[in-house]
Amino acid sequence: MLEITNLHASIEDEEKEILKGINLRVGAGEVHAIMGPNGSGKSTLASILAGRDGYEITQGSINFEGDDLLEMDPDERAREGLFLAFQYPVELPGVNMSTFLRHAVNSVREHRGQDELSAVDFLKLMKEKAGLVHLDPSLKSRAVNEGFSGGEKKRSEIFQLAMLEPKLAVLDETDSGLDIDALRIVSDGVNQLRSPERSFVVITHYQRLLDYITPDFVHVLVDGRIVKSGGKDLALKLEELGYDWIKEDAVVA
Amino acid sequence: MSDRNSIESRLLQEWESRAGSAMNGRLHDSRAEAIKRFRDAGIPALRSEAWKYTPIRRILDRMPTLDIDPEGINTDGLDLGASTIEGLDAYRVVLVDGRFQADLSDVTGLPKGARILDLRESSSDEDVVRHLDGTGTEARDAFAELNSAFVQDGVAILVDAGVIVPRPILIQQIVTAQKPSLVQPRLLGVFGRNSQARLVEVCSTAGQAEVLTNAFSEFHTATGAVIDHVRLIDEHAGAVHINNLRSYQEGGSNFSTNVITVSAGTVRNQSYFLPDGEHCETHLSGFYLAQDGAHIDNHTLVDHAKPECYSNELFKGILENKSVGVFNGKVLVRQDAQKINAYQSNKSVVLDDTSRMYSKPELEIYADDVRCSHGATTGELDKDALFYLQARGIRQDAARLMLLEAFASDVLDRIKEEPVRAHVDQLIRSRLSRN
Ligand SMILES: Nc1ncnc2c1ncn2[C@@H]1O[C@H](COP(=O)(O)OP(=O)(O)OP(=O)(O)O)[C@@H](O)[C@H]1O
Ligand SMILES: [Mg+2]
Repeated sequence: MLEITNLHASIEDEEKEILKGINLRVGAGEVHAIMGPNGSGKSTLASILAGRDGYEITQGSINFEGDDLLEMDPDERAREGLFLAFQYPVELPGVNMSTFLRHAVNSVREHRGQDELSAVDFLKLMKEKAGLVHLDPSLKSRAVNEGFSGGEKKRSEIFQLAMLEPKLAVLDETDSGLDIDALRIVSDGVNQLRSPERSFVVITHYQRLLDYITPDFVHVLVDGRIVKSGGKDLALKLEELGYDWIKEDAVVA
Repeated sequence: MSDRNSIESRLLQEWESRAGSAMNGRLHDSRAEAIKRFRDAGIPALRSEAWKYTPIRRILDRMPTLDIDPEGINTDGLDLGASTIEGLDAYRVVLVDGRFQADLSDVTGLPKGARILDLRESSSDEDVVRHLDGTGTEARDAFAELNSAFVQDGVAILVDAGVIVPRPILIQQIVTAQKPSLVQPRLLGVFGRNSQARLVEVCSTAGQAEVLTNAFSEFHTATGAVIDHVRLIDEHAGAVHINNLRSYQEGGSNFSTNVITVSAGTVRNQSYFLPDGEHCETHLSGFYLAQDGAHIDNHTLVDHAKPECYSNELFKGILENKSVGVFNGKVLVRQDAQKINAYQSNKSVVLDDTSRMYSKPELEIYADDVRCSHGATTGELDKDALFYLQARGIRQDAARLMLLEAFASDVLDRIKEEPVRAHVDQLIRSRLSRN
């Protein structure tokens, strides 16, 4: 599904290297969690996967379903089946949520050789998917993310994920800002979207989320490198001991 | 400066040569006063603050010699299509080169007490004579004076007290001149107490000749009247359009205007609002799309002379490819005008670094118990927003269009007539997606 090899990246026009040789393989249907201290490069990795500009890839490659991901425009990546749930979704005043989603869904469908959804079918789909994360129906008639609460923005991201049915979803701290109930609801939604064909990369700071969404692998990203990988027990250990023991390990290794 | 007097002196001579012809006494006097004021004011000099970013003298000097008030209008085969609004059920007035075309217009079915007149034919009409130039001459500039000095052609809309005009009035103004020309249409709107009317003006050019339109609209809105006005200006690159609007409101009236400018040439909209009584509502808005060397300048002055009034001003625009936008909005709250609510906002998106936006919002407040705000922002298209849309599979050009339409939507939402809104939407969409 996804294969990241020795990825080095820095911010354009700046010397500073943020990613310093990432290697990651995500197979079909797998759930990978990425944890790591603030500023270690998790969102940078997610942004580079989604194709945000402003980064310079100095070394390495990303292969997605057999294609060179770095060669594709962001919209092309999305149509190919990559989805990023943003850590900080932007507000789009004046852009109506359903108009936006209809456009997005139909772009993806067209790419997959499917017919455009009729207005009726689209509404049905929206209703069904919004139900998955208990999204307040009134949000669908508002401007995208505008004035949404922190939690509503996160639910709306997962709602969009459900609408677009990607092959690979990257969730960047979707759990932060959610209250306990919302966390459970959103996790339930994600679990229902899991399938043997769909993979997830879940970026989080909290073991709590991984109680709900059980990962197949946990990776620890420190200072632009994956310094440790393991099963879901690794998250428990991190919760208990923090990152320091790994950092020390990494230095020793 | 050597030819400083070229255009002025030609205009003055022209005025002299036709003075006395086809003018009745009252009008003759007011024209004579106007030409005097025009002579004193002169075409604004390059150093003029009010015309700082629109060097009108230089622009006019660059134009070929203009045929003043072109004769021999030929309307055979004239295509009104571009300025027609699909689905708009309206009374229709057609002005060609500023002149009322009775055979192309259709104002049948007007209610009793509402009249739409050819100005040329009604220079002795009591109401016309009484109200023409009746919005005062304060803050009037050389171009309004010039229009008044030559006033002859155009349309008068007279609505008596209590009359509600049921359908909008569409005024199609087309400049067809094949030679470089000056056209000076006049619009007079007189709205009696508690009357209601909706006006939609569409200004376009059919020829390719360089033309100067010096338009002047005056509106008198009496107590309790509700008037809604939209003006769409869509002219070719060789057209220079100076559009003076003066709106005089009696207390308790409601006047809205929205000027949408998508011209390829040079446009200066200057509007003056005088809510001259308590409890007036004034809504002024505008949208400008300047592409490929277009120059669009919006100047407004809201003169709050009386207390307890509300004004709301919103101008937005998009600029690209060597274009210039100017906004100068002034809200003046005079000393006795307490309890005024006045809001003003100007926002522009400049799509590339070959284009410029000059924005100058001004608040001048002499009363102490008022609520006023103003603000101006100019920026490029929001990259994060664009990325968000693309990250959902939407192609870059479609995403860009979506964001620009969203940007324009709140000012276009102020267009109340649905078919007009659809027409403007479609026009802007096609201009923005032509690349
Ligand atoms: N546009 C930018 N310009 C300069 N520095 C940047 C930019 N984007 C990211 N960085 C820097 O890169 C580093 C990694 O940032 P990133 O957002 O990827 O961290 P993160 O692991 O997601 O952190 P958090 O857990 O706080 O979300 C940080 O030091 C950050 O300041
Ligand atoms: Mg982050």
